[in-house]
Amino acid sequence: MKTLSDKLLGGKQGVLGLALLALLILVILPLGLDIFRLNLVGKYLTYAFVALSLVLLWGNGGVLSLGQGMFFGLGGYCMAMFLKLEASDPISTKIQTTPGIPDFMDWNQLTALPWFWEPFKSLPLTILAILIVPTIFAYIIGFAMFKRRVGGVYFAIITQAIALILSILIVGQQGYTGGVNGITDLKTMLGWDIRTDSAKYILYYVNALLLFGCIFLSRYILTSKFGMLLLAMRDKEERVRFSGYDVSDFKIFTFCVAAMISAIGGAMFTLQVGFMSPSFVGIVPSIEMVIFAAVGGRMSLIGAVYGTLLVNYGKTVFSETYPELWLFLMGGLFIAVVMFFPDGLAGIYQKHARKIPFLKRWVAEEKQKQTDAHASHGKVGNKLGAEA
Amino acid sequence: MFGYSMAEVGNIMVMQGFAGLSMFSVLLLMALGLAIIFGQMGVINMAHGEFMTIGAYTTVMLSKLAVAYGFVNYYFIFAIIVAFILAFAIGYLVEFTLIRHLYKRPLDTLLATWGLSLVMQQIFRSSFGAKEVSAELPEWLLGSFQPTPDIDIPINGVFVMGLAAVVTFGVFLFMFRSQWGLRVRATVQNRVMAGAVGINTKKVDRVTFALGCGIAGVAGAAFTTIASTGPTTGTLYIVDSFMVVVFGGAASLFGTIASAFGIAQAQSILQFFMTSSMGKVATLLTIVGILMMRPEGLFASKVRK
Repeated sequence: MKTLSDKLLGGKQGVLGLALLALLILVILPLGLDIFRLNLVGKYLTYAFVALSLVLLWGNGGVLSLGQGMFFGLGGYCMAMFLKLEASDPISTKIQTTPGIPDFMDWNQLTALPWFWEPFKSLPLTILAILIVPTIFAYIIGFAMFKRRVGGVYFAIITQAIALILSILIVGQQGYTGGVNGITDLKTMLGWDIRTDSAKYILYYVNALLLFGCIFLSRYILTSKFGMLLLAMRDKEERVRFSGYDVSDFKIFTFCVAAMISAIGGAMFTLQVGFMSPSFVGIVPSIEMVIFAAVGGRMSLIGAVYGTLLVNYGKTVFSETYPELWLFLMGGLFIAVVMFFPDGLAGIYQKHARKIPFLKRWVAEEKQKQTDAHASHGKVGNKLGAEA
Repeated sequence: MFGYSMAEVGNIMVMQGFAGLSMFSVLLLMALGLAIIFGQMGVINMAHGEFMTIGAYTTVMLSKLAVAYGFVNYYFIFAIIVAFILAFAIGYLVEFTLIRHLYKRPLDTLLATWGLSLVMQQIFRSSFGAKEVSAELPEWLLGSFQPTPDIDIPINGVFVMGLAAVVTFGVFLFMFRSQWGLRVRATVQNRVMAGAVGINTKKVDRVTFALGCGIAGVAGAAFTTIASTGPTTGTLYIVDSFMVVVFGGAASLFGTIASAFGIAQAQSILQFFMTSSMGKVATLLTIVGILMMRPEGLFASKVRK
């Protein structure tokens, strides 16, 4: 019987991995980078939330959502709406025709705050909205799809279409959403200026701690019986169903958790970067976030964070120096990861770590433990079927 | 109705309906290729739009050549054929190097072909520039004819429709009346048995995939008659064409035609009465809504999986 701490930390190797990641994110990067670069890393780490959610949903659940960007965006927009309302108090907007409403609404001849903006005047309601709105949205989509046993490819295409719809809607409804520019000029949060260096440091750490919180949450889910069932569903859905489990409920739950984690990332993005725009909602960002998870290793929670950091670092370096090359590289990365490294960085690590002497013993132990838990295709389902 | 008289509404319906028909034709050509690749083989080709762009750029390049050597009036038919052959050949190559390794992992195919589409877009951008280019159309494609004074129907639209009809008929003949089509359908229904009776299933896969890409190339040639071509032209159509195929019922040729028609018409007519973006949102929302209630699409094949 595993203890809770054992579950969360994931054995010796899990502790090592987490400690290394914590060292990197909490100590090395803040010490080694100036605040501008650190803020950039903080931005990347908000994408890591989405990558994390995809490890849950796609790597372990076998359900690929190409619309995670919309949950990221919903979380981000909820936060941005709160900050925007605070930035548009009647005094600083007195030159507008209607003071007290966000500037883009004034430009679009709106004279009153739309009803759905009202709740975002209060911070507790906003935080609630960040967590609840994307989850309800995911629940509706998940309920409609999984109850009818829509999965795999169809689910991917339809979530993609929904992400497209949402991004077109946000761009089209300029008066209500800020249109293609998004919601910009965010200044303070309850009077606390989020643009100062000290605020950026604090937000970076809040973000990092939330990320670790989400890693623990995901790991708790994955190491529980639920996680086992998730893997079994991925590999032999029919058998799990015949064993008496309601497969769709499990999938809906995972989809909702994934949406919530992505939304937290989105909200932290808005806080750290200071704006939110539809370019983080549509198809392209949603698929790019899948590649973060794929590069890190679709089964590995920690890998997802490394994958996100690495791909984004590459993106920043290359798009600054060789903008032409970047798309080739990104495209090549998609192809190479799928063709040659389906388990991503985590897979490479698992394969080669045993060659490093002092890791040898741990890896061997872990391998022994994981032969059933980590089982490759089919084994978990078979085992479950046999038990039942 | 929206401040128009009844006669005006009628004319608007006819003209927007016709604009919808040109869009329907391009969408249908795109979706036909996808229906073969996705509907029959189950491969999600996210780079399908880029194969269309290949066809479009081929046509544009040939039109430049045609202007230089003075055979503008004849090149277009020739361009359609070249577009088909080029897209077919590249599709063949892509299947050989990429797709055939991934048949058992459909979601991974999706990611790999998305990567391919990024690479292809950058190739287009590097070789043809980021600006949109358009083909020099032959004179017989320009202008419009007017059945009544208030109705204006562009000839290029008629031509594209004719092309779509011919290609659709060709696909029908290929799939349901030829030896090749028989082999394709046999392979789709039962790969092992098809192999056992002597069908080279790998070759069938390759040709089927290439054919789908080739049809996308033709769609590209048709596309140049109604709009200009840029490196990211294909991405505009990819979600729409996937929706057409899924909405129509993946394995049904008739379903693909019907849903391409419905989607194009709905968008075209709604775009006139609402803003362009809201028209698109309304159309896509309706489709997603219907698909949630009826996931198998409008015309599902009778075979149960």
